[in-house]
This record gives sequence, C-alpha cells and structure tokens, in this order.
Amino acid sequence: MAAPTTTTHGMKATRDAYGEALVEVARGDPRIYALTGDLRDSNRLEAFAAAYSDRFVECGIAEQNMIGVAAGLAVSGKIPFVSSFAVFLPGRCYDQIRVLVAQPNLNVKFVSTHGGITVGEDGMSAQAIEELAMMRALANMTVIVPADAVETAKAVRALVDHRGPVYVRLGRAAVPVVFDDGYAFAIGKAALLHDGGDLTIAACGIMVAEALVAADVLAADGIRTRVLNVSTLKPMDEETLVAAARESGAIVTAEEHTIYGGLGGAVAELVTAHHPVPVERVGIRDCYGESGSPRQLMEKYGLTAAEIIAAARRALMRKTRR
Amino acid sequence: MGPAVDVHALEARAREFRKTILQVITKAGSGHPGGSLSAIDILTALYFHHMRHDPRNPSWSDRDRFVLSKGHACPAWYVVLAACGYFDPKHLWTLREIDSILQGHPDMTRTPGVEISTGSLGMGFSAAIGMALAGQRDGRPYRVYALLGDGESQEGSIWEGALFAHHYGLENLTAILDRNGLQQTGRTEERIRLDPVADKWRAFGWHVQEIDGHDMGAILAALEQARGVGGRPQIIVARTVKGKGVSFIEGVVGFHGKALTQAELGRALAELDGAQKG
Repeated sequence: MAAPTTTTHGMKATRDAYGEALVEVARGDPRIYALTGDLRDSNRLEAFAAAYSDRFVECGIAEQNMIGVAAGLAVSGKIPFVSSFAVFLPGRCYDQIRVLVAQPNLNVKFVSTHGGITVGEDGMSAQAIEELAMMRALANMTVIVPADAVETAKAVRALVDHRGPVYVRLGRAAVPVVFDDGYAFAIGKAALLHDGGDLTIAACGIMVAEALVAADVLAADGIRTRVLNVSTLKPMDEETLVAAARESGAIVTAEEHTIYGGLGGAVAELVTAHHPVPVERVGIRDCYGESGSPRQLMEKYGLTAAEIIAAARRALMRKTRR
Repeated sequence: MGPAVDVHALEARAREFRKTILQVITKAGSGHPGGSLSAIDILTALYFHHMRHDPRNPSWSDRDRFVLSKGHACPAWYVVLAACGYFDPKHLWTLREIDSILQGHPDMTRTPGVEISTGSLGMGFSAAIGMALAGQRDGRPYRVYALLGDGESQEGSIWEGALFAHHYGLENLTAILDRNGLQQTGRTEERIRLDPVADKWRAFGWHVQEIDGHDMGAILAALEQARGVGGRPQIIVARTVKGKGVSFIEGVVGFHGKALTQAELGRALAELDGAQKG
C-alpha cells in the first residue's frame, strides 16, 4: 500500500498473518475449527484446510447458515473461527450473529478479511466501512482491529484463550509492520507507541502507521504527541484513554471506518463520560467509497497522516481556546 | 425411554399437554397457542419415546439434541420439558414474566434443556446442522432433531441449510416440518407459496416422508424410519392443524399469536376433557 515512512519492518497483509497463526494454534488445540463461505483463498485458510481437513468447514456462499453452523459447533465444544469478507460478515448475517452467538454469549470468533476502504478496486459494495459500529453495538461482543501482521498473530492466540464472541477486522492489502515480536498484545489494552503530553492520537488498524508519521511531523513543530494503538474497540481501555484525555487535553481518533460509531464514536462516548476534552475524528465522513487503489482511496477519503495532522491542529486550537 | 410403545399413553399425555399449554399462555396473557398445539404431538413423541436424553443430566455429551427452530411454539416445548423433569413445572406459570426462566422465545442461558436460543425464524435449523456436523466429525452416536415451521420455510437460510446438510451427508439430522398451513397473517399458500414442499426437499436430496402430524403411531414410525436412513438428512413433512384439538382455534389465523381469554380457555379445556372421556 506504501506511504508511511516511520521505521517499519516491511509490509505484510494482516490476513496472511491470520492464516499462518490459525494453523499454528490449531496444531495443539483440536477444538479449533475454521469456517468460510467460498473464500478459503481470500481468507487465507488454504493452509488450514490442507492441514486440518477434518476441522475445516466449507459453507459455500451462504453466510446466514454459516453462522448457525458455527453456533452449533460452539455448543458442541468447538471453537469456530468464522471468516468471510467484512462486508458479508457481519453485513449478510447480522441477525444470526445477534441471536445465535451474541445473545447466548457463545464462543465463536469472527475474523473478517477485506475490511475497510483499502479493499480497493472492487469498489464500494465490497468496502466495509460501518461494520465496527454494528459489532460494537452487540452486547457480549469484543471488537478488535489489529494494526499489523504481528499484532494479528498475537490476537489470534489471545482469542483462543478468551471465552466469548469476538469480531476481528483484517485487511486485504499488505500494510506496514509497525511492531516487532516483543510487542505485548492483550485484549482490552491500548498500547502506548509514542509518548507526549500536548495531544493524543488514538488510532486502530492501518491508521496506526499513519498516526506514527503524523506524530513525527508534529514533533518537528514542537508538539509532543502521544500515540495509542487502540486495537480493542470493545471493551475499550478506559483507564488509558481517560488518562490520555486528562494528561494531554485533546484527542484525535483515526480509523478506516465511518466516523460514526467506530473508534471515534467509542472514544467520544468514553471521554464525555469521564473527562471531556476536544475530540477530532479522522475517518470516512458519512459517504461510500469507490474503485481505486488503496492509497488513492486513503487520500481521497481522508485517511492519511496529513489528515491526522490537520485534525491535530484543530484539536489543539480548541484546547487552547477553552 | 423404553422400547415398548404405548401409543394411547402418549396420546393421553399430549392431550394433557394441550390443556397446560393453553392455560400457561392465558396466564401469561400473550404467546402463540396455534403453532404450539400443531407441534405438541411431535414433541411428545420425541421426548417421551424416541429421543435418547436424560433430564437429570442435560449436558450428557451423547444425548440426542432437539432444536425448536420455530421458536415461538416454545410454550409447547416448555410444558414437555417440565413434564420430563428438566425444571420444576411451577416455572410454567411464570412464562413471559420478568426474571422468568421461561422467556417468550427459547433462551439457552435460562432454560434447562434448551440447546440453542431461537426466536428469529430460520436460525435454529442452521444451529442444529452445526450440532449434527460436530457429531459426525467426532464420530458420536447422537442424533439431532429440528422442528421447523412452514411459514419459517420462507426464510432463505432454511434452503442454505438444506443444501449444506445434504452436501455433508448429515444422516444424524432429522428435520420435522410442522406443516400447519398458516402463518401470522394468513395461509402460507396465499402469502408465499411453499407447495409442493415435499418435492422441494426431495430435490434438495433429503429423505422425505409425509405423514399426518397428529397421528401418534405415524409420527413414531416416521421417526424410526428416519433413524435408519444412511448417507443423507431426513425430513418428515408432518401435515398438522394449527390449534389442533380445540374446535374454535383450529385453522384460525387469529390465534397465531394471541392468548385465549378466560372464557375461551374454559371452553377449550371442556372440549379437551370431553375428547379425553370420549
């Protein structure tokens, strides 16, 4: 996808990391099943299907039934990892997820690939930009958006130990690897990537790399920016976010999602309840995408370091005006 | 349950269940009497003769599973589960009340014996398929039974499941279609036509039987035959009457989701008692 220039460790798609990690965790855990709706290639489950054919379930292009099958497997003691494109999972089977999995709090893991606008050339029908809000709204559901391949692999391992339904959003395109293997991932914990007391950027997914670039640019202007990787949107790390509001006095959120109901919405909800400070949301502004390369789309739809920097300046203005 | 079939005893049980169903729905003040009465003979046959289950050990790993995909008929299921001993029958009189273990639609987190929560149509069937798949992959001996509504069969996911279960040859899965011919607002054939519904299931590769869903002997025989089918899932298309057993409810669309008044209940109970004596 290219662009961010801060130190990174190469490029890798989060979906690639998912496929590899799932094969690894399934080796020692016969409860793990993988389900997909005719997307074993796109979801990176071909290696799993080859290694564990007895625990791989091809569900065909029928996402509603796939969720029911997963629920039936879960009540039979399995840990189903259900994958599809993020537009279909949850979009095509939301009521099934709600009634069969979220309400009874079943141990089903939803891992969607091709999340966000950077799915690219397939255009707006294929670009999931609202599903984080949908999944956040479900009680019992944990929602995770890993920033890179390293975090994705660690998240997959964490999912196995976590009892209950989880939604994980992954991407299609290769993205910068921002973490090294020493990175400690924990569900519900935001990671501090860059410290500063003038302003906080809370980002998730591909916007974490953009946030780090933005922080470098702001630093050149003497603005000390705190960067948080808020990969768990729900349950959100209240302590870390409220501390950021209190200590830095302004927050910019950045996500590859509509500005309604996702990370920006969640942070705004939290901050207004505990320590109100200006919040500027970087994301897709209540519209749909179109065909284009991932980078072109990020630029046209305002998902860049430059956009974060502009939002940071607005937030700082609002902060000093108070 | 024992191998000797006492059809008359099962019929007598079902008659008593009909009375309790109508009583608890009237006590609750709302619920679905019509579809409960069309399904009760099938439920009685499953729980009091056909299925291998143990109410004292509801999580026995090799128990047969039952899924009420047409979840709104749960009063009938609750009455049967209580009679089996899954919970104290006193709970029946709390149906639909705040804090009750008996919700308006089945909730697995509250009600012993409920394998999966249902309520939105077309969903329980898919969950039953998942349970059958787990049993098949693990080589377990249990069977899975799913009771479907005919109105429910208008949901597309039913046909997704029909394809899936056939593709995987789930011979441990038996669906029973409660073909009462009515849905919330009218006759199924006048809303969205289902017939020839048995042919549709045949075309999907299922083993199909068509029976009178109120003939206890026929229900037992069909369940037994289905159990012997290899290599594919089975469906029993049970022709039923919505509100079966009470003349003024039978075939009346208005009793899909409405409780009987006290006066209506009195008449219904008298009819059912009369049938018992006759």
